[in-house]
Amino acid sequence: MISLDDPKKLRGLRDNAHQVAMNMLRPISRTYDRAEHEYPQELDLLAAMIDGLAESGAGNGAGAAGVKRQESAGDADRITNGTNLASVLGIAEMCWGDVGLLLSLPRQGLGNSAIASVATPEQQERFSGLWASMAITEPDTGSDSANIRTTAVRDGDEYVLNGEKIFVTSGQRSDAVVVWATLDKTLGRAAIKSFVVPKGTPGMTVERLDHKLGIKASDTATIRFENCRVPADNLLGSPEIDTSQGFAGAMATFDNTRPLVAAMAVGCAQAALDLTRDLLDQAGVTIDYDRPAIVQSAAASTFLRLEADWEAARLLMLQAAWMADNRRANAMEASMAKAKAGRMASDVTLTCVELCGSVGYSEGELLEKWARDSKILDIFEGTQQIQQLIVARRVLGLTSAELK
Amino acid sequence: MLLLKNLRPGGRHGIARGESRDPVGYAVAALNRLAQSDLLDRVGLRKQAEQVVFTVTRGGFRTATTAGRAFARAGERGQAGRRPASAPSRGVFDLTPTDDEQMLVDVVSELAADVIRPAAADADIACAAPDEVLKAANELGLPLLGVPETLGGISEERAVMAGALVAEALAKGDLGLAVATLAPGGVATAIATWGTDEQQQTYLPAFTGADVAAAALALTEPRPLFDALEPATTARRVGDDLVLDGVKSMVPRGADAELFVVGAQLDGKPVLVIVESGTEGLSVEADPAMGVRAASLTTLTLEGVRVTTANLLGADDGTTYAECVRLARLAWCALSVGVGQAVLDYVSSYVKQRRAFGEPLAHRQSVAFMVADIATELQGMRLLTWKAAGRAAAGKDFSREVALARRLCSDKGMKIGLDGVQLLGGHGFVKEHPVERWYRDLRSISIMEGGVLL
Repeated sequence: MISLDDPKKLRGLRDNAHQVAMNMLRPISRTYDRAEHEYPQELDLLAAMIDGLAESGAGNGAGAAGVKRQESAGDADRITNGTNLASVLGIAEMCWGDVGLLLSLPRQGLGNSAIASVATPEQQERFSGLWASMAITEPDTGSDSANIRTTAVRDGDEYVLNGEKIFVTSGQRSDAVVVWATLDKTLGRAAIKSFVVPKGTPGMTVERLDHKLGIKASDTATIRFENCRVPADNLLGSPEIDTSQGFAGAMATFDNTRPLVAAMAVGCAQAALDLTRDLLDQAGVTIDYDRPAIVQSAAASTFLRLEADWEAARLLMLQAAWMADNRRANAMEASMAKAKAGRMASDVTLTCVELCGSVGYSEGELLEKWARDSKILDIFEGTQQIQQLIVARRVLGLTSAELK
Repeated sequence: MLLLKNLRPGGRHGIARGESRDPVGYAVAALNRLAQSDLLDRVGLRKQAEQVVFTVTRGGFRTATTAGRAFARAGERGQAGRRPASAPSRGVFDLTPTDDEQMLVDVVSELAADVIRPAAADADIACAAPDEVLKAANELGLPLLGVPETLGGISEERAVMAGALVAEALAKGDLGLAVATLAPGGVATAIATWGTDEQQQTYLPAFTGADVAAAALALTEPRPLFDALEPATTARRVGDDLVLDGVKSMVPRGADAELFVVGAQLDGKPVLVIVESGTEGLSVEADPAMGVRAASLTTLTLEGVRVTTANLLGADDGTTYAECVRLARLAWCALSVGVGQAVLDYVSSYVKQRRAFGEPLAHRQSVAFMVADIATELQGMRLLTWKAAGRAAAGKDFSREVALARRLCSDKGMKIGLDGVQLLGGHGFVKEHPVERWYRDLRSISIMEGGVLL
């Protein structure tokens, strides 16, 4: 039965996350935007609280590790609203609070999502409780992630890693880094595997932290690997190079994490919409849902357009998560959600700054910050253009050789 | 003075009133008059007679509405009618149609593909829906979709979601024909949802038999910045009667309709009034538009039309009227999704077949990304429409959702129409391909009020 309201059983979680965002993240939002690279220690307490919720089951499995597919949950005919939906709803609310702080939350890194997505049960167990960040991008390789140069060479019971990774979110603060490296460059995508490298492993150095446009609370690191040795069973998933499977193994993570980034965009944009609605209301502009936009003020009409776009992005996000919860292939829908939410968040946050004039542009409000924070959401975990490419290939039934 | 006024260019032919003619302009205008004069023909100067093809089937002049069947009064006046029950919500986020809904969609999709799409181009030119299309839709029971079983209809509860899915499936065949087939059902749904016992007993039988009455929900009015919530059409109380005056536009199949539900302002509140065709003072005029042409759009003029106050449909405080406006907008959203899907399917196969620079167009990112965006935005339109429909079916407030859906379906739907033509290039501009029709049709979504109803 078609129903697109937020699931009844997850509304409590959503509302709790909203309260946490309002009462813990917002009060320190501007502080850590100004103090770039300073560790937001308030988050340790919050992370402990989230761990507690997860332990008790009250969190409904929400969080970075919530993207794990449940293989045998219940009977196949029954529609479930599970951990993927819980995660996007929770993350959207937390990012309504602050995207940069959400990205800095201990044990909620994208590396945790990768471990949840591709690790064996034994690895899940061994790496539980670890805060893992994700290292894919290299100085010469961004969206073209099949072309990475970091190498992993088997030597006895270990792999030896060599290469440089940039744009590693929480790269300095996390306990471990999930690193993409190739076992054999001549074998292309199929040879790319991910390795868990714990902090302090000899040969791994955090070189520097970037100064950024937004999400300044989150540290973005450059990490170098020089003859860095990790145990062979830190390779996530299967060590076999299955050329027929191509990129699928490593890329499966993205099907799960893209809805999470869409959720970040939805949350950030909602923050801008909520405040703008209030500021417009104080300025005497109310939004009337029944009257045609053309008979309302330009500001109200613009707001309606933004809110409609936001709602569409949010529903695409929920769709992608719902499909994952119900064990349906969602690569296209995940990319649709990410593409739509990414461009929506830029448009919404930038237009809200414009609607609110100098109040929006000034650091006196957070609107200008959200307009800076939102930009990364259309870039990381696959840029707008990469998402369009994935959607186009699926819709048109074209291979990556045909549609380059 | 009168002569000068006639020579002023503004106010006609799409020329704004502020425009003025200079001497060259007067000369050109005079030349144009000569070109239009039959003098040329009488003296044999024109090479060939222009063949004027009048596309309007029902005559290009205003006529009194045809007297339809006699609706025998039945039921109890003033007694509340039976109301369809809301579909209870389970509180689970779900995108799966029920088995019944899926079955209905499958059947309607077949009709859309096999009957409606092949008839669409001719119906667009003729400004009329062929009888076999209307008959097929009636045989499926589409006009009764919003009428509960207890009133002779086919649904167990408020079938807004089923209606949205059906509208989408029909419009994938053709928007104009979808509107033509759904228009009577809109009136039946309105009477089933808000009618008194008398109204239901009197009028619903006309939709349940083999000979389904044509009927139309007339809410749109012909003026810029039209706000459906403030109709200029008025209803005055005179004794036990209501006297209606005003003009309604974009009324589907108005010339055939035997029954209208008309929006009007009564005592400062917008209300719905049932008006039978043939009532004195009611006249109809063909009014073909840019698109939705197969729906035989008309303008309905009401001049001192008298009906009894028993013809008031639903509450007179504006709430029924507002609900009706929202449900009609919802129907247009669902229709736009169907048209958008038609565009997506058509351009997807076209860009893969059409070759340029030695390879299919689809192999170019500039082309493929446009298709990706159509698919993405279309799915957003669909989900938002479904969300609004789901809430409406469950009896929840859906005013916000339907407003957002309408905004999105208007904006993104039009963009899809625009890109559909662009992707076919020059071939998109000619009528050998349907994309130019979808372009014209998709412009209607933000304009239409009433006409169809879920």
